[in-house]
Amino acid sequence: MNDFIFFINNGLIAGLIIGSIYALGAVGVTLVFGILRFAHFAHGDIMTMGAFFSLIIAYLLQAAGFHSIFALVFIGMFPAMVITALIAIGFDRVFYKPLREAGARPIVLVMASLGVTLMLQGVIRLFGGVSARNMFIDRPKEIFQFHVPGAHRPIVLTEPEVILFIFTAVTVVALHYFLTRTRLGKAMRAVSDNPDLARITGINTEHVVWATWIIGGALACAAGTLLSMDVALKPDLSWNILLPIFAATIVGGIGQPYGAIAGGFLVGLCESLSVFNWAILLRPIKPLLWFDIPSSLAIVPTQYKLMVPFVILIIVLIYRPTGIFKGRVL
Amino acid sequence: MSLLSVTNLHAGYGQMTILKGVDMALDAGEIGVIVGPNGAGKSTMLKAIFGMLTISEGSISFDGADVTGIRPEKLAGHKIAFVPQEANVFASLTVQENLEMGAYSRRDAYDGIIDNVYELFPDLKNKRRQPAGELSGGQRQMVAFGRALMIEPKLILLDEPTAGLSPLFMSVIFDRVIAINRTGVTVAMVEQNAKQALAIAHKGFVLANGQNSYTGTGSELLANPDVARSFLGG
Amino acid sequence: MGTIIEVRSVSKRFGGFLAVNDCSLSVMAGSVTGLIGPNGAGKSTLFNIVAGNLAPTSGTILLDGKDVTGLPAHELFSLGLLRTFQIAHEFSHMTVTENLMMVPAQQSGEGLMDAWFRPGRVAREETAIRRKAEEVLDFLKISHVRNELAGNLSGGQKKLLELGRTMMVDAKVVLLDEIAAGVNRTLLNDLASNIERLNQELGYTFFVIEHDMDLIARLCDPVIVMAAGSVMTQGHIADIQKNEAVIEAYFGGSPTGNATTLSAAAEAARGSGAPA
Repeated sequence: MNDFIFFINNGLIAGLIIGSIYALGAVGVTLVFGILRFAHFAHGDIMTMGAFFSLIIAYLLQAAGFHSIFALVFIGMFPAMVITALIAIGFDRVFYKPLREAGARPIVLVMASLGVTLMLQGVIRLFGGVSARNMFIDRPKEIFQFHVPGAHRPIVLTEPEVILFIFTAVTVVALHYFLTRTRLGKAMRAVSDNPDLARITGINTEHVVWATWIIGGALACAAGTLLSMDVALKPDLSWNILLPIFAATIVGGIGQPYGAIAGGFLVGLCESLSVFNWAILLRPIKPLLWFDIPSSLAIVPTQYKLMVPFVILIIVLIYRPTGIFKGRVL
Repeated sequence: MSLLSVTNLHAGYGQMTILKGVDMALDAGEIGVIVGPNGAGKSTMLKAIFGMLTISEGSISFDGADVTGIRPEKLAGHKIAFVPQEANVFASLTVQENLEMGAYSRRDAYDGIIDNVYELFPDLKNKRRQPAGELSGGQRQMVAFGRALMIEPKLILLDEPTAGLSPLFMSVIFDRVIAINRTGVTVAMVEQNAKQALAIAHKGFVLANGQNSYTGTGSELLANPDVARSFLGG
Repeated sequence: MGTIIEVRSVSKRFGGFLAVNDCSLSVMAGSVTGLIGPNGAGKSTLFNIVAGNLAPTSGTILLDGKDVTGLPAHELFSLGLLRTFQIAHEFSHMTVTENLMMVPAQQSGEGLMDAWFRPGRVAREETAIRRKAEEVLDFLKISHVRNELAGNLSGGQKKLLELGRTMMVDAKVVLLDEIAAGVNRTLLNDLASNIERLNQELGYTFFVIEHDMDLIARLCDPVIVMAAGSVMTQGHIADIQKNEAVIEAYFGGSPTGNATTLSAAAEAARGSGAPA
């Protein structure tokens, strides 16, 4: 039973956590892909930037003597989401919009976003230094333990993980409501579906572009902050998960927000279940087996964890190139 | 005074001029049909009115205002709606959502208009929650019409509405065009099926080689044997 | 004069849609044969089948007596059947001469072994091909652009280049796909005279699919008319232009004749006040 708990903690929950992060990041990427028609490589560093803003605001709150049962950095996350959204719109105005209006091909916009990402990496290191930071500046993070009868090992959930799950669930519901019940949300789907027809129909594409960057930027900030709360805030935080987020986007179907969420969880779970040492689960039934269990039965060694999203991506591109939710082929 | 007036229009794509001095005038409440052999410039006419290509000479006026070369986004404001030939619905949105998008530029309540559209196209009412991409070609065409009607246009431009449809659906479409016209909407329609289109037209404009070839009422053009022969260059 | 292309009972189905329906026709060697028909008649589909870009659902295609049904375009190329494209497919970053020199198949310079170890042979072949390219450019009267990058040519010159490519190999039959599309009158005259010369002086056979009736009238005899997926009639263009059934097909008359019912409905809808 203990071994099963271990599986839940280190296999299932770990997969759901990283899956939620990927899902939140992938939604932004897929919206930009679908509406603005290019791969936005700067998304990862916008996540890091957002996390830094949350931390800065947390410090400001602390200096102002603010107290709360919630972690200060979590409270700081909300204004940080607004700031990040505005900066994302700013980047579009300054870097991408002029290129769009000059009729640049999508690959040119991708190159521009690579430039933005390199710029952000430099700026973040300039102001934030290169060391890792703990996001819990006022008090250590809470750890919740759930005891299950029959095991003395508890199911462990940390405070940031609980917040992350709740936040992701709320986001999914809110996104669904926005896209299916609001005028602007439907307009976003329309522009993603058929931009020429949207123009002819009189849909204000400017509003839709703004909404895309606001949602993408805000969710990127949240994903970056929540991930750093669980691990630590490092400048290269998001660069490492940018590529799995892109894998999740493509797996889910480009331009499909529900696909991005599904893709995120799929990639996250596959990742953690691949590096999980399944030998541990076999231990309880060891007496029944006629062969020896090897000490390590992980599908992929931990160092090669990054390989997993790409193997999934290759399989999806071969057998179902438009992704799970049949997105567009760009 | 004509509602829509096109005078000496020269238009084309980039350097290539396709229309070389075309005239067309439609009064309010009329159905005007543009026909002609392939390459005559029929679709180009509609796209020129809708501001989708380069106009080198000539003018277009609508309801007293000069709309020559106007940007497509502005035409909803002038109450002109366009139904393109292809990709004319939002395939991933439901029928209802397509209609709602048609009303995007409206500031007021439009439930009454949606009801009118469903009255005109009763088939769509049962399918209102189905994604438009799943409907048959003819039903999709109706969604496209409905979407255009949501701004309560004064003029609706239709680009080959029966293209690729079965003969049965062809009559249904023309029938609906008459019904729409009956509610007071002026229609300018490009059609490949010249005979049937002219049968329902108040005015017909035959184009050939980018210029006016024959102009008259629908019945006049149908009665003139030279018109049909001209399609074959005879 | 024999039959160079024979189409026997060819049908093509796309899912539930029958685009070409038991279609049979022949193209005689040394002719300029036209293929016309209203939209949706299946001409383009049939043309693509003959050119090897589509395989028929049923039926046979014979090229100079040999069964070539279902052979892909590049194999038909080596058997002497060439086609041009509506939108010129030139190599825009190579010169006009180079574009022409690319056409002949199996050049020894393309093989790794020959390129390295038999430079003499490669050079001799290349000289011969270059000379041929220059002859072609002379014939078409565009020698003055021989060193221009093909992408910089005018639309008309690109069409002439497209025609020139078909002259680089000894084609048995050339399929011309709507060459008049988007072309002005003067250039069209130019293209037409070149096709005439190729046909009369060099004996080229052309199979022309076209909407432009002026071009058809000038160049083609016989003209085959397709409607609703099969051949409706064929003959001299003057006769076809007077053929009532063909006129009706082009004008869009429906077999059930419900134009009259529609007309009546329209009349009723208009009421008395509208201008007639």
